[in-house]
Amino acid sequence: MPHVVLSLIVFLPAAGALAIAFTSKDREDFIKLFSLLITIAVFLLTAWLAIPSTGRGEPSTFVVGQSAMQQVFRIPWIPAFDIYYAMGIDGISFPLVLLTSFLSMLAMAASWNIAKHVKGYCILFLLLETGMLGVFMALDFFLFYVFWEVMLLPMYFLIGVWGGPRREYAAIKFFLFTLVGSVLMLVAMLALYFSSDLSKLTPSQQTAARLQPEELRAIAAARSSSTPRPVHTFNMLALAEMGQMKQSPFDTPLLWGKSVQWWAFVLLLIGFIIKVPSVPVHTWLPDAHVEAPTPISMLLAGVLLKMGGYGIIRFCYPMCPDAAYDLAWLVCALGVVSMVYGALAAMAQKDFKRLVAYSSVSHMGYVLLGMGVWTATAGNAFVSDYWKMGMNGAMFQMIAHGLSSAGMFFMVGVLYDRVHHRDLDNFGGMFARMPLYSGLAVGIFFAALGLPGLCGFIGEVLVVLSVWNYDIALAVVSASVVILTAGYILWTIQRVYLGPEYKGPHPEALTPITRREVAVAAPLLAFAILFGVYPQAVFRYMSPSVDRTVSQLARWTKEVKAPRLAGTDALPAPVAIAGPIEPSASALPVAPSASK
Amino acid sequence: MNFYELIQTVVDDTLGTSLPAFAPELVLCATIVALLLARMMSRARGGWAFGLTLIGSLVALGLAAPWPWGGPVGAAVVVDPQTPTPIFTGMLVFDQFSVYVRSLLLLFSVLFVVLTRISGMPQDEDATEFFVLVLGATLGMCLMAAANHMLIVFLGVEMASVPSYGLAGMLKSRRVSSEAALKFAVFGGATAGVMLYGISLLAGALGSLHLPTMSAQLAEMVYEGMAAERGLVLVLGGLMLAVGLAFKLSAVPFHFWAPDVFEGATAEVGAFLSVASKAAALALLARLSLAFAGVETARVFLTALLVLISAVTCIFGNLAAYGQTNIKRLLAYSTIAHAGYMMMAVAAATALAGTRKVDASWAVAAMTFYIVIYLFMNLGAFAAAAFLRNATGSEEIEDYAGLVRRSPGVVVCFSIILFSLVGLPPLAGFSGKFAVFASLYRADLLGLLVVGVVNTVLSLFYYVRIVRVMVLAPEPVDRPAPSVPLASPAGLYCLMIAVALGVLFVWWAPLDWAQTATAALIPSPALGQH
Repeated sequence: MPHVVLSLIVFLPAAGALAIAFTSKDREDFIKLFSLLITIAVFLLTAWLAIPSTGRGEPSTFVVGQSAMQQVFRIPWIPAFDIYYAMGIDGISFPLVLLTSFLSMLAMAASWNIAKHVKGYCILFLLLETGMLGVFMALDFFLFYVFWEVMLLPMYFLIGVWGGPRREYAAIKFFLFTLVGSVLMLVAMLALYFSSDLSKLTPSQQTAARLQPEELRAIAAARSSSTPRPVHTFNMLALAEMGQMKQSPFDTPLLWGKSVQWWAFVLLLIGFIIKVPSVPVHTWLPDAHVEAPTPISMLLAGVLLKMGGYGIIRFCYPMCPDAAYDLAWLVCALGVVSMVYGALAAMAQKDFKRLVAYSSVSHMGYVLLGMGVWTATAGNAFVSDYWKMGMNGAMFQMIAHGLSSAGMFFMVGVLYDRVHHRDLDNFGGMFARMPLYSGLAVGIFFAALGLPGLCGFIGEVLVVLSVWNYDIALAVVSASVVILTAGYILWTIQRVYLGPEYKGPHPEALTPITRREVAVAAPLLAFAILFGVYPQAVFRYMSPSVDRTVSQLARWTKEVKAPRLAGTDALPAPVAIAGPIEPSASALPVAPSASK
Repeated sequence: MNFYELIQTVVDDTLGTSLPAFAPELVLCATIVALLLARMMSRARGGWAFGLTLIGSLVALGLAAPWPWGGPVGAAVVVDPQTPTPIFTGMLVFDQFSVYVRSLLLLFSVLFVVLTRISGMPQDEDATEFFVLVLGATLGMCLMAAANHMLIVFLGVEMASVPSYGLAGMLKSRRVSSEAALKFAVFGGATAGVMLYGISLLAGALGSLHLPTMSAQLAEMVYEGMAAERGLVLVLGGLMLAVGLAFKLSAVPFHFWAPDVFEGATAEVGAFLSVASKAAALALLARLSLAFAGVETARVFLTALLVLISAVTCIFGNLAAYGQTNIKRLLAYSTIAHAGYMMMAVAAATALAGTRKVDASWAVAAMTFYIVIYLFMNLGAFAAAAFLRNATGSEEIEDYAGLVRRSPGVVVCFSIILFSLVGLPPLAGFSGKFAVFASLYRADLLGLLVVGVVNTVLSLFYYVRIVRVMVLAPEPVDRPAPSVPLASPAGLYCLMIAVALGVLFVWWAPLDWAQTATAALIPSPALGQH
């Protein structure tokens, strides 16, 4: 049953795109309406999944409180490379799936004034939605990669055809950056695949990884064979289990003295921070955002950036914990630098949309920081509560930023549609001309600012609190970024919405916000308020899985990493420490090199 | 065994095994003869030539392909995939790999003949010559794929090359075309000479032209210790042989003919040269390198050589494609780059051959799988170029500006083909690249893997440039509006290719077949490896 529901959610937009391909291009209103209906249908499906399951019998919807992967299915696809068509949802991915379907629906509604090549636009839009949903649901690394790349082409054309004056430059820049990240990810994927060995898993791990009968047979054959060949896998659950084993197959040295997982972590991290985006690989983002049409900016900021964060929490940390532990400082540093740099850059912008784009860089820095704080080893005790807090904060920040940034881009778009400029110095007095619009906009901007009572606050405060335990200096810096954020957002509000009167071009075009525009903006603000007041609505779904991931990594730190570190520190006498722990654990990370 | 018995054995072998296994080639020969005879009948026109060629190719394909229900020949001769059957007293070898490659070549020839009919090139009066040359070259390529003897290697390469020279010069009235043919012929002649010299050096040093015997002889010589000058002769012979193959593969530094020939010849001929010729050359390359890969010294040498050539070819092809403004020239460099990717898989196979047989056969399978996909991609790209030439009268990329407005269907299909050439999922080009890169990782050729992925990014620019011109650039005002509707033969042909590229992304069975087919190619560790 799950394979029907999840496949339907992912491929319904693609099927819609195919149907539109057979429609005459002159029926523009019909095509728009049809696309909107498809996105609504997808949203309703995901919303139906969100209704907590009663818990009797086979759950048909999301089971709130269950931390493990749900609705999992794995169907063999490419036996030559042990690739499965595998999907599932858990507390980490499901909120993002909901966010995606919700924002896609709103973005489609915001696409109503697209006038050029409507048919092509709707087809590409729906294909993009398929890619986005697939990324969050895939449970097979190969499948994940495919969906990740599927988004590239529609995005390229959506920016390149329907974008602003420098659209071609922006589109190819986006394409190039993402493709570089993808090929690095491809190498990491191959490295992990060829190092993996299912036959190393214990029976309970095999169950957790949802191995299929034919894989179990392959494992049995490999174990009984006199010349065992490793059983490789792309199964993301199994790869995570392997990454956290005492003698992980990913500890094999690969190149220049670094292990497979070190390289995989670095390559994956580069791929993901390009998407996040983090300084220094963020430069595609301002260009892409400025040139993209409003609905595409909404999706770009609201959904695509989240994939970077999702990738880090789903791949980098669970699969390569050893490298992640050693490089936690790097992730944190990237996060803080992005926060500060993004905020400062936002302050310097004259272009309204560019400002919002840089604010995304700054806000997504919180996500990196929250994930990076490896505080499982605070002092001598293995308490992971603060890290849990940081990770939850990072995940919440992703949802919150998804709502607020999509809202901000839409608000900029509403103005741009009317006056056809985005020059911050040429605005002012909007409250007088468009009161309802200005009220909604200021609300959304405050949500981005992190005003208590709105969604942005929760994520930021959790992240900043958790950092304190990791590094006080980082905490101070990240806390003070809040001031910078307040600075540029308040200044923007002042320049655009306050002031006596509008003196820019086309003052006659400043008509009040339409009902359709309210229909897009109001839900965003409503959810921003709801999640700010009652964050539990998100955490109920999210926390169990996030906490589980963190607890597993904390346990790994205690059981595997700490002895390893102790072993390296006291190299001359490893036996002395090895007492209570298993002897094998104190061995240095020399790995079973026979796994190749 | 007396003389009579000897003759009897040869006759039995020829009639019982060799000729049935050789049936597809015989059909091609018969078709060529029929074409020439039909030409003598005054009424036989282009349509006749097309019909005959199509039927001949289809029949040959039917005889060659390993149909699941046990084809007319397949079941009789291929008893066991693990034991290749030498035919014609060991001149050729009939194994699953040759069956696979031959089926691909004949499949291509069917698709190609249909393409030429749709695009209307060659014109009616040239049709017979054109098809005779195409079938003749295909015959040579089938020999290359099954060669088991250096003489056949040379014969096959020449049989494939000489008709190609004629094909390149088919547009008799155009100077560029004649120049291309001449350049091609001179270049081909020179490299063939070098290759023949290399073969003779190898034959002298190893005392045989029969590949398995040569390999065994080499193993024995290495085992017993070899004088340095003997080794030098062998290396020299091997390099000279490589020159001939590099010419067929258009590998750097023997690629110079490719851009000029592709630009001068018609796009259809470009499709033929870039796909069929390259597929056969790759099959031959794999066969030759693997034949000697059982000997460790030879394997190390061959791996280094292949790694070097494939990396350089790939990088050069991609970089040189940047500046091109003519679609055929650009595609010429693109085929050079793709030859590089495919040779990488051969490098991986050679590196793995001595130690890990199964992995090595996966590497050859990756190459074969890439060829299957490349067949559709490149055929599609050249077909689209041909159709657009018919519609716009131009082969300059800038003249494609804004084509999407009038011919959206064809432009979408062409874009799909181009993105598949980049290697983006969900298109088949990615599957091929993935299989090749996986085999590189398996062979621990990490440097080559990095070259491969970096080149994927490099190649993005020039392929996307074509798409950009077609889709993003505005339509020029002063141009007669060309339109290729999707519901025309040309449009449907492009659609067929685009759909095939989607199907081959989801359906990887050809890779599994290739793995079974190539298992027999991998040598067992030879003498002297203990």
